Formats: sequence, C-alpha cells, structure tokens
Amino acid sequence: MWKWFHKLASPPHFYRVAGVLVAWFAWPAFLLIVAGLYGGLVLAPPDYQQGDAFRIIYVHAPSAWMSLMVYVLMALSAAIGLIWRIKISHAVAASCAPIGASFTFAALATGALWGQPMWGTWWVWDARLTSELILLFLYLGYIALRSAIDDPQRADRASAVLAIVGVINVPIIHYSVVWWNTLHQAPSVTKMAAPSISMSMLVPLLMMILGFTLFFVALLLTRVRGEVLRRERSAGWIREVIAA
Amino acid sequence: MSATSSVAAGRLLFKRDLRLALRRWDQVADPLVFFLMVTTLFPLALSPELSRLRDVAPGVLWVAALLSSLLAADSLLKSDAQDGTLEQYVLSAQPLTLLLLAKTAAHWILSGLPLVLISPLVAAALGVPVDALGVVMMSLVLGTLTLSLMGAIGAALTIGLRRGSLLLALLVLPLAMPLLIFGARAVELAIAGEPAAGPLYLLAALLVLTLTLAPLTAAAAVRISID
Amino acid sequence: MTTTPLLNAINLHLWRGDRHVLRGVSFALGAGEALHVAGPNGVGKTSLLRVVCGLAQAEEGEVLWNGMSSGDASTAFLDALAYLAHDTALKGDLTASENLYFSVGLKRSITATQIAAILTELGVADCADLPCRVLSAGQRRRVALCRVLLSEARLWVLDEPFTNLDASSTAHVVETLAQHLAQGGLALIAAHQGLTLRAGKVKRLELS
Repeated sequence: MWKWFHKLASPPHFYRVAGVLVAWFAWPAFLLIVAGLYGGLVLAPPDYQQGDAFRIIYVHAPSAWMSLMVYVLMALSAAIGLIWRIKISHAVAASCAPIGASFTFAALATGALWGQPMWGTWWVWDARLTSELILLFLYLGYIALRSAIDDPQRADRASAVLAIVGVINVPIIHYSVVWWNTLHQAPSVTKMAAPSISMSMLVPLLMMILGFTLFFVALLLTRVRGEVLRRERSAGWIREVIAA
Repeated sequence: MSATSSVAAGRLLFKRDLRLALRRWDQVADPLVFFLMVTTLFPLALSPELSRLRDVAPGVLWVAALLSSLLAADSLLKSDAQDGTLEQYVLSAQPLTLLLLAKTAAHWILSGLPLVLISPLVAAALGVPVDALGVVMMSLVLGTLTLSLMGAIGAALTIGLRRGSLLLALLVLPLAMPLLIFGARAVELAIAGEPAAGPLYLLAALLVLTLTLAPLTAAAAVRISID
Repeated sequence: MTTTPLLNAINLHLWRGDRHVLRGVSFALGAGEALHVAGPNGVGKTSLLRVVCGLAQAEEGEVLWNGMSSGDASTAFLDALAYLAHDTALKGDLTASENLYFSVGLKRSITATQIAAILTELGVADCADLPCRVLSAGQRRRVALCRVLLSEARLWVLDEPFTNLDASSTAHVVETLAQHLAQGGLALIAAHQGLTLRAGKVKRLELS
C-alpha cells in the first residue's frame, strides 16, 4: 500500500495515473448529480413550510459541505508536503484552493438566493452564512499569499503554514460565530436548516453530496495534472508526454 | 566568555528592541495615534450623542484596536529582515521560538500596552460608564496580547513581500474575528452592568492557545521565509 | 600532512524555481584551510554559503561538520559558525559597541573591555560610540568583522568581505583572516578578487 502511495509522489507517474482516473470519477459524478437534481427538484414534494424554495438545499448543502472538506484536504496535503517534502502534495494543496473558494462562493450565493424568498433580503448574518464568509476569506488569504511570493518553494511552504494555522482556527471561528449569533437572535425565526427530512428528500440530498464529492475529485485530478505540468515544465519527461 | 543561556538571550533581545524603539519613539506612537483617530471617526460619522455612541462603543473600541494592532504588526520583523539581523537570530544557536517570543513581548509593550492604557479615556469619550472601564481594559489586554502573537505569524509569513503590510492584515483578520466577537461582547455586557466573566475567560483561553502555538509557528515561518 | 576535513559538503543540489543553481557541489575543508568560492555574479556563491550555514535548504546532498550532519549537530555547528553577509546585520540606531554587545551577546557573554579591544584592533575604535547609520560603508563592514572575531567561531563564512574596503582595510582583513587560519580556524569566502594569504592553505572552488 505504501509503495503505491510512494510511487504517486513521482510527478510523471501521478500525471499518468490521474489522467486515467479522471473519467472514473467524472462520469459517476455526472450521473449522481443528474439523478440527485431530478430527485430533488422534480420528485421530492414541496416542503409544507418553505414551499419550493427549500429545494436550493440540494445545491447549497453539498457546496457548503465541500467548501469545508476541501479546506481540510488542502491543509492536510500542505502539511504532508511540508513535513515529508513531497512536491505533489504541495501541488494538490495549490489546486484545492481555487476549487474550495468556488464551492464557498457557491454556498454563499445559494444561501443568498434561499434567503430572498424567505426573508425578503439577499443577505442575513446568520451563523452558517457568516462562517462560510469567513471561510471564503481564509481561502482568499491563502491564494493571496501564494501569488505574492515569487519563489515557488517558499510559496509552497509558507502557504502550507498558513493552511495549517487556518484549519486549526476553523472550529474556533465556527463556534464563536454560532455563539455570537445566539446572542442576537433575530425576531423572526430564521430557518436556514433543512426542513424535517423525509426519505424522499434525503436520498437526493445524499446523492448530490456524493456527486459533488466525486466531481471535486475529478476536478482536482485535472487541476493537479495542470499544476504538475506547470511545475515540471523544464523536466525531460514533459517532452515525451507531449510527443506521445 | 561563557555561552549565553536561552533565557538570557531572550532577555537581551527584549532589551535591545526596547532600546531601539526608545531611540525612535515618535514612530512608536504611530499605532496609538491611529487608534485615537479611528475612534474619532465614529462620532463624526454617526452622531455626537453619547447615548448612541455607547451602543456602538464595544464594536468601535475593538475594531479600532484590531486595526491598529494589525498596522503595527508589520514592524515586528521588518527592519531585522532588511538589515540581516534576522538571519543572525536563526544562526545564533538559541531557540528561535524563544527569541521571537521576546521580540513579540517587546513589540506588545510598544504597540499594545499604550492602547490598553489610553482605552479608558477613549471609552469614556464614547459614553462607556466608569464601572465598565475595568472590563474594557482587561479585554483589550487579553486581546492585544493575542493580536501581537497572531501578528508575529503574519509578519513571519510576509517578510520582504510587496504590500506585505496589507497582506498581513488579510491573513490575520479572519483569525482575529473570534477575538472581536468575545471582546466586544465582554464590553457590551459590562456597559449593561452584567458580569462579563464568560467572554473574558474565552479571551483568556484564546490567548493561552495562541501563546502556546504562535511563537513556534512564527519560528517555522521565519525559517521558510529567509530560505 | 593531510588534515582531516572538519567541514564537508557532499553533492549539494539547489533549485530556485526553475533554475538549477547548485549542481552537485562538493568540497572538504580542514583546520587552517580557507575555501575561496569564485565565479561570476548570480552563479550561486551566496546560495552555496547560505546552504552551508543552514539558512537555505538544499534539495539534495548534505553538509557535515565534524562527521555529523549539520542538522543533527545543530547547536554545536552553529556555535562554531560565524556568518557575515552582504548585509552587515548592524542596527543603524545603535552604536558600534551596543551592536556588538547585543549581537555577540546572543551567543556568548562579552565585556565592554573585549569590545573596545576588538574595535581598536580593526581600527574602528573611534566608531565605538557612534550610531552605525553615520558610519561609512567601510567602517560598518569592519565593525561587522569585529562581530565575527568576537564570536570565537571556528568556521567563518564570509560573503564578499572585501566590498567597500580600501586597500589598507583590505590588507588588514586579509591579515586577520590569516591569523584565524593559523590558529586552526576555517573560512569559506565568496569573493570576486583573488585571495592570497601568508598563512593557511587556500583552496579554490569555481562555480559556473
């Protein structure tokens, strides 16, 4: 097992393996998302409280979930790259950042879209949205640090430290925001939470979450391949790949 | 000549930084002046009525303190990085963590402590009742200490970068948001006459966590940045 | 008589982004020997010195001090090392004496008498109580050299030590270097100009 892992650390090997794996993740992702959307948008009955507006949860919840998971993965691979000095790990972390930021943005946008029919405003400072916003700031800070440093090795290692600091802070930030929110309860009951879940609603939701995860992996593999090409552009094996 | 112990080395660096600051103490006053100016902005922007200002005082005090601390954070390592002294710390065979802790302590005395000392005046000017001033100071002591430590990490990561100061603020602000929440809440409770122990304990907990992890992290970041 | 090498660099490789700056650099240095690292600007002289000091991490290869990897023997290695770079590491607002007191003081305790003696030895005694920002570049470099002398280090790593020095100062520095080698010290020097010393063996490493 370890040997296979170890082999993956070699950029040309990773490039090949990832190229093959992308389709294996992309197609199931596509199917799951289509099925999930059909189940959620068409099949599931409208919620007795929120009507059809709740359906945005089928995009909002998976996006929010992914935004957090991607950050954790980013911090983990950055840490691995930093401790064991594996360049591919740094490439993975670098590729995670824009994808994660996009998921966060999607979560915020769908949250705002959800809010509109519910409370008549495009934005509310509820715990979850505020946490997502701060997570977006963490992502943007990471991306900003990377782009500000010219030397690629320093950029990798400095942003790894930042990612680790960030991931330790995420629970602190989240719970402090939840605490803050409970102090200033809005007069109307805000219900960003999912309505009481029935099977017909749950299954499409799970399909969407799984579909988003697989989609992320496919997207990540593609991005890391691009990142590997960029980093190794002066290496010999690149020419062979292009020639083939 | 006997070898210097780590603690003695830390004390020496602490002393040196204070002495350097005393020679340029007009620069030391900058974060303090910034704090005063920012807090002045709010009466100008909102209303001169003390009752209205009292409502926003917790937020104003804390946001101003946060921004001043972030502005000052850059100066922790900037001059040392520019004249090559920072590399000498790394080569000094002393634990870099301890040296950075000593520097951060000196930095707090120069940038954080003045804020804390002047905060009662500023708070009173914003309509905060006298019996809440103790909590104001306490929360700011805990908060500015934590901010100095977080700032050290940011400073270490952004050594020598263009617009490093702005980038530092971007990196540290999200991490400082819990501090803001607890600190402002403590002041809010104190103004309302209620016990503020809860948020103050949370602030203390954050300080302890940051004190344990920040100097280590900053040391690692320094080594990465001078590579 | 061959001296057992105290400092060993083995197959050092360093990349800066795409540039392969150090390509398998190796050398061995024993007591009383100096290594003159030569080469055009930008070839990696400074990088090599920094890798030996441990300020920069080489992707491959290792540095051995006294047979042990410099990373493992860390404190012992750093104690025996003094590094003088392009930047003199002097605080402009502190006097020369204060600078020496604080910088050498991080490693070893020194007295005011020792500081005064060293400053006199290198001909900058009148700079003792002047803030370093008013000193000339040559004076600053000599004060920085005082730091190296006071640190009682076995290995001197000097990056362009003769910059900004006039002929007599250069001669003075060369003499100090020769004394250091005669006492069994080692030196790693990056310099444009050639290096001839009255004592000690000078090896040359040309980087290209």
